Parts: sequence; C-alpha cells; structure tokens
Amino acid sequence: MEITALTAHELLNLLRSRQISPEEVVRALSRRIEEVDPLIHAYLSHDLDRALADASSADVSLPLGGLPISIKDLISVKGHPCGCASKILESYIAPYDATVISRLRAAGAIPFGRLNMDEFAMGSSTENSAFGPSKNPWDITRTPGGSSGGSAAAVAADEAFAALGSDTGGSIRQPAALCGCVGLKPTYGRVSRYGLVAFASSLDQIGPLTKDVEDAALVMDIIAGLDANDSTSLSEPVPGISANLRKGVKGLKIGLPKEYFIEGLDPEVEKAVRTAVEHLEGLGADLLEISLPHTEYALSTYYIIAPAEASANLARFDGVRYGYRASESDGLIDHYGRTREEGFGAEVKRRIILGTYVLSSGYYDAYYLRAQKVRTLIRKDFADAFQKVDVIACPTSPTPAFRLGERTNDPLSMYLADIFTLAANMAGICGISIPCGFAEQGGKPLPVGLQILGKELGESTILQTSYAYEQSTEWHKTKPTIGV
Amino acid sequence: MSSTKLEVEYVAELARIKLTPEEVNIFRSQLEIVLRHVDRLNQVDVSNVEPMAHSFPIYNVFRKDEPRPGLDKESALANAPCQAQGLFIVTKVVE
Repeated sequence: MEITALTAHELLNLLRSRQISPEEVVRALSRRIEEVDPLIHAYLSHDLDRALADASSADVSLPLGGLPISIKDLISVKGHPCGCASKILESYIAPYDATVISRLRAAGAIPFGRLNMDEFAMGSSTENSAFGPSKNPWDITRTPGGSSGGSAAAVAADEAFAALGSDTGGSIRQPAALCGCVGLKPTYGRVSRYGLVAFASSLDQIGPLTKDVEDAALVMDIIAGLDANDSTSLSEPVPGISANLRKGVKGLKIGLPKEYFIEGLDPEVEKAVRTAVEHLEGLGADLLEISLPHTEYALSTYYIIAPAEASANLARFDGVRYGYRASESDGLIDHYGRTREEGFGAEVKRRIILGTYVLSSGYYDAYYLRAQKVRTLIRKDFADAFQKVDVIACPTSPTPAFRLGERTNDPLSMYLADIFTLAANMAGICGISIPCGFAEQGGKPLPVGLQILGKELGESTILQTSYAYEQSTEWHKTKPTIGV
Repeated sequence: MSSTKLEVEYVAELARIKLTPEEVNIFRSQLEIVLRHVDRLNQVDVSNVEPMAHSFPIYNVFRKDEPRPGLDKESALANAPCQAQGLFIVTKVVE
C-alpha cells in the first residue's frame, strides 16, 4: 500500500518497527504533494529540506516519533512562515513555537508545511484565502469548506497523515464533514491557544483533522493540557483521552436536537445522519429527542461576538513591527488606513467593520452585551440537555460541499454554512465530525458528516462514540479519485 | 437595537481602514442584511441573564512575580518592515 494512504497510527507502527525511516516518509509525502497539490492547492508552502533535517533526528520510540503533522497557516512554528493566508502577513516568519507545536515536537512529531485557509480564519470555504481557494478532493469544482479547508483537503487527499486546524465557529468540523475526514474541536481551554493567531479569543480552539478517530485521539493526548502561557487553559488533567476509545456505546444516551432537523437541511444529508444514529442505536445506544431552544439565535450571537473580538485582535496588524506596510504614507492615520486597506481581504475588512460597529459607543449594550447574554442561554440549553443525555448527535453541515463561487457574493449565505457548528463554540463544549455516508450530487459522491457534541471535558465520550460508529462502517476507508 | 443606519465611513475611520467608495457602498448593503438578521436577538428575554464571556469560568490566573527573559531583540526585529540600529523605523508621528 502506498505509504501516504496510511493512517497516522498505521504509519507509527511501521516507523517503530523500523520497516520505514522518517526520511522515507517525508520523501513519500513530498512526492504525493507534488503529484496532487497542483489540483487541490491544500498547501501554501512546504519545506522539504527542513522536514528531512527534522526527520533525520526523529526519535521513533516517542509516541508520535517520525510522524509529519501538517499545520494550518495560523499556528506559529519557529522559523516557518505564519501568514494566516493573508497579504498583511505574507513575509512574516514566526519567531517561536506555539505550545501545541512544542508538545508535538517533544512527542517526536515533525511540523510540516503551511496549510491553506480562509484569511484569518474568517470563512467557510477557503475562498477568502489571499492565495486562492483549495479544492475539495471529492470534486475539484467544489470547496473543501473552511476555514481549515486546506487541512481537511490535505488529509482527504492523502497529502497529510494528520493536520492541525482551528475552530472558532465550525472551522475544523465543517471542512472535515465536506471532505470526509475526522475533525475535532476540543472543549474551550482544553488545548493551549499560545501561538495561535487570535481571531475570537473566547471561541478559538486548535484541534486535529485526521483520517480516523484513533488518530484524532492520539493527537489530542499530546496537544491537550494546562499551559502557563495561556491563562484560559483548563487545569483539568488529561486522562489519556484515547484510553476509553474501545468502550463502545451500550447504554449511552444520544440526544437528537429537534431544532437541527429542519427546513434547509439537505434531504440526503438528513438521510445519512438519521441512518447513522439508527446504526448507533443498533450498537446499543439509546436515542432521545431533545430540544435546544435557542438554536435559532446562535448565528446572530456569533456574528456579533466573533467580529467584535476579531476587531480587537486584528488591531495589531498595523504595519509597524511586522507584516505589510503601505508605501509612502502621509502621516500615521494614512499609514494605518492604507496598510490595513491594502493588506486585508474583503471578508476580513467586513468583519472588522461589523465588529467595530457593535462595540462602538451607543451600540455596545444593544448588540455585544445582549449577544453575551443570549450566549449564556445557549450554554444553558446544552447544560440542561447533558443532564438527560451523554452526547448529542446531529448533522455537521446543512449541505454537502457547495461549488466554488456559489456563495461568494452573498456573505449571509456563506455564514449559514455554520449553523450547526456555531453553538458548540458559543457554549464552549467539545464536538467532532466523522464521515457517515455520501450524497450524490453533480454525478459525484460528496461526503456527509455526523457531528457528535459532548459536554465540557467530554472528549473521551465523543471519541468513544465516534470510534464505535466508525469501526462498524467503512466510510473512513473510502478515498476520493482525485482530478475527476 | 433597531436597524440604525450603519455609518460605514465613520466605523472604518475608527477601525483605521481606508476603504474605497465602492467598498463603503458594498459593505453597507451587505452588512445591513447581516444586521437585520441579528436584530432577532431582540426577541429574546434576557432580563436577569448574566453575560457570558468565558465558557468555563476561570479566575485570577497568576504566575509568580519573578523576572524572566522575553523575546530577544534580534528575533523581535526580524520581521520589521524597516529597521536600523536595533530600532523599528516608523512613520513620523511628532511634528
């Protein structure tokens, strides 16, 4: 079997038993990227020489020894570019490692390449990248989702053994669903944000995109945990997140939120998801209908809070100490104004304007403060639900992958891609998307994602549920035929 | 919170972004659609509800008040658009 078709855990077995060397792995990965990335454009860059140097000193006795992990372009890796797919950071080289990177290195992994994304993580399709969109490996006329679209496309196309992404409103889970791979958003605070370029500080989390559930658990075990450099990180110990993987779902209570099975949900998506939850019932789980009454307000709450926080976080991109600087400016205000006008893309500017507006004097109470109160109600919906059920199951995305260009003229239609993923970020809970079937559209099979949501610190439970489902199906072994 | 006219030019000035006139018009109409959508939050009864800024409340995370090294000067200057003699060269701000 082609090396690059292996999962991370399969590869690690070969590395540990010395059937293959870390350098051979890096070379195989690089060949695969050369072969398919001209079509997929998952990568913004990758440095073969640097990866080979890391590979030559890799220690395969470590948990992730010799495993290349591909990195979304907004996570700092020392000496690598960290551009957030933006012109305003096009030349920026990170001077330090993010905590997740330090931990991966300590476990023997090799941070590899820079994966394409929507600029500053704002988008659901990678069409907001300043360097062109990535394509969905299942149909290259369609988007891979976003903002971690490059991460999902790379994993689905065997251009990465595993990838890191970030999720603020669904940016790991939605592209995972559209590309047919696994994507996990940890509980807020579970994984350090030190070294993650901030979009919305109360919503952002780094998480894995992988070919199967076991790989996601392996990565989580390494990257999760308290970090002194992130004062929002949780002090709860990380009890071997993968320890309970094989426990099964007998007696597990799965809630189906009625507000998520609505008009606008693609009928093939609904069918695949309902079949999947019935399958879980067949494995021993109990299904209960539940209600998350404030679901209809999640989008509105998010599109006040996230842009507001973004407007503050992106104020640092001012052309003074790093990044793009407009030439020959006429005074300080002109320097700022033209640097940011020329350096930022349209969606980023739109959200900064929206965020600045809802925080401005006279509007703060009406918008931002009110949204933060509704957020409390959304969180309470989940807390109440988790009194009755162990996990919640629902679609990840209301539709399969949409075509490039289909939603770019209508921001609101793009925002609606995330209606099922946003609430988990608002509430701070954990969630995973796993493949559960296909929709036939445009004559091609397009992946459908099943989303499993868990309560705070519930990663073990959602992984256990996902693993049981995955191992009794074949979806995770189905691969796209690229370039068709 | 009614659909008050979003003064894009004024807000852009606050955000220090020099938008083109075309952008001002396009963003105004696009963002007014978004603001009309978010207006539905007015329907929610939020009396007696506390605002939530952190999903898993943590307070007073301190470290020991001991000096420790920060980023070294060379690394800090490495990405500077313009630097000389160990300093960032910037737009003149003082007349």
